[in-house]
Amino acid sequence: MIEIRFHGRGGQGAVTSAELLALAAIWEGKYAQAFPSFGPERRGAPVVAFCRISDEPIKIRANIYEPDIVVVLDASLLKIVNVAAGLKSDGIIVTTSKNSPEKVKESLKIKNRIGVVDAGKIALEVLGLPITNTTMLGSVVKASGLIKKESIIPPFKERFGRIAEKNITAFERAYQETVIIQ
Amino acid sequence: MAKRVGMEVSIAAAEAVRQANVDVISAYPITPQTHIVEHLSEIVANGEMDAEFFCVESEHSALSVCVGAAATGARAFTCTSSQGLALMSEITYIASGLRLPMLMIISNRTLSAPLSIWNDHSDTMSIRDCGWIQFFVENGQEVYDHVFVSYRLGEDRNVLFPVIINMDGFILSHVIEPIELIEQEKIDQFLPPYQPLHRLHPDRPVTMGAFALPGIFAEAKKAQEEALRSSMPKITETWKAFGDMTGRYYHPVETHKAEDADTLLVTMGSCSETASVAVDKMRQEGRSVGLVKIRLWRPFPFDELKKAALHAKQLVVIDRAISVGACGPVASEVKAALYGYDQRPSVYNFVAGISGRDVTPSDFIKMVDKAEIEIEEGNKEGYEIYGVRE
Repeated sequence: MIEIRFHGRGGQGAVTSAELLALAAIWEGKYAQAFPSFGPERRGAPVVAFCRISDEPIKIRANIYEPDIVVVLDASLLKIVNVAAGLKSDGIIVTTSKNSPEKVKESLKIKNRIGVVDAGKIALEVLGLPITNTTMLGSVVKASGLIKKESIIPPFKERFGRIAEKNITAFERAYQETVIIQ
Repeated sequence: MAKRVGMEVSIAAAEAVRQANVDVISAYPITPQTHIVEHLSEIVANGEMDAEFFCVESEHSALSVCVGAAATGARAFTCTSSQGLALMSEITYIASGLRLPMLMIISNRTLSAPLSIWNDHSDTMSIRDCGWIQFFVENGQEVYDHVFVSYRLGEDRNVLFPVIINMDGFILSHVIEPIELIEQEKIDQFLPPYQPLHRLHPDRPVTMGAFALPGIFAEAKKAQEEALRSSMPKITETWKAFGDMTGRYYHPVETHKAEDADTLLVTMGSCSETASVAVDKMRQEGRSVGLVKIRLWRPFPFDELKKAALHAKQLVVIDRAISVGACGPVASEVKAALYGYDQRPSVYNFVAGISGRDVTPSDFIKMVDKAEIEIEEGNKEGYEIYGVRE
């Protein structure tokens, strides 16, 4: 079982991101679970969302404390939230940032593998909005190989209808542009 | 072929209501039940479901609409949470006293005060004695499945009771997971249209909800009590028929590695799944621990619980509600079920996970550790609220 924690700000779509990843995994025939950090919605405040993916039925119904993958949708969170909290020693951090992966890794003081992409820039260019949730999924899939790249298409189409194509493009660009360092 | 799709559990619940050909829906939105009502109101408005959706000004009215609708012979549905259920409570006793089948899904949430929107069982425990058949479910598939089970069971002429499905708010209601949707033809076969025994109709007048003098009230209440108790064979029969159709069999009390266990965790609702993960871990370490899960809360399955638990040395009963001034309501029932036996396990009761506080597999292991030590030291009937900072 792979456990993923998403960090975002209220309104940025961290929950949607976790949900789409779970839906893609279920679409592949896997088992998956996605859920928000339950509570009132708080626009702009740091929020987390969770996703589990497994080949076996998932029995656990509790938050994720020791994730295999951490996804950060907003670079400003890297300074104010301990995004690496509980991350497994062989876990990965995937984040948006304008900085190089080396610089981000150094600032986080971690030894883990890290994947970095400027998702904000891609989202602005492709979607016209600084909403990085679908873009960052391209980065997650590239860094983790959790699901097949094309499995994201059906959930994107169902969730976004006619604007699905743009989101698929943003996803694809992040997949190509993500830089991963050990 | 049944279709396996990823969806939010609340949406799966609403889809089941659509597939169950419900005639009347009346509900008032309240967190965390909201997604069920929103989805139903949308599919009714889109003409995807031939039902009347009654917008009401309160939960009291929502359940009153369902009572009126069921009295005319309609298949009725409502759902609520927490304060909404508290506001309905007056009418819950009327629905069961009039023997009107209907379904209510409770997306379980804490009762105020302090004000909290998170999950526990205090809402449903406040109407424990209302005379409905009451189920608890562990996951989204079970919510979906029990919608069909509930209508077929409640509408059976040997039953005629309203039914509650308790699903944990947020922990289930807001989770996306795989759900196997059943083909409509199969559902139509399993759940034929409701044929009421009596109904309100101008051409054939009947009285429902008449005044009862002391000379007849106790007899009426005894009839209701006996009818609810004797619905047990129909409950298991309905589950059997559902299992034969889907391969998913349900039982009043279910177990996991319990047969030879010295210590048994006893749980109800979604925490049963997490507890099973803890049991597997403890088994790997060679510990003699198993799990007993209560699915049917009313009528309480005294015999089934005894069969599942009497052999153990100790039970660690987890309650997600407090009967303030007593103990956890599940523990009270478990103790009552076992009291008549000389050789019976000790019962250690934890209240855990109230107001949505996370209960992890390691929390269950810690509770088992603590209970085993306390019982060893002679505190055989302990009761505590787990994990409270003091």
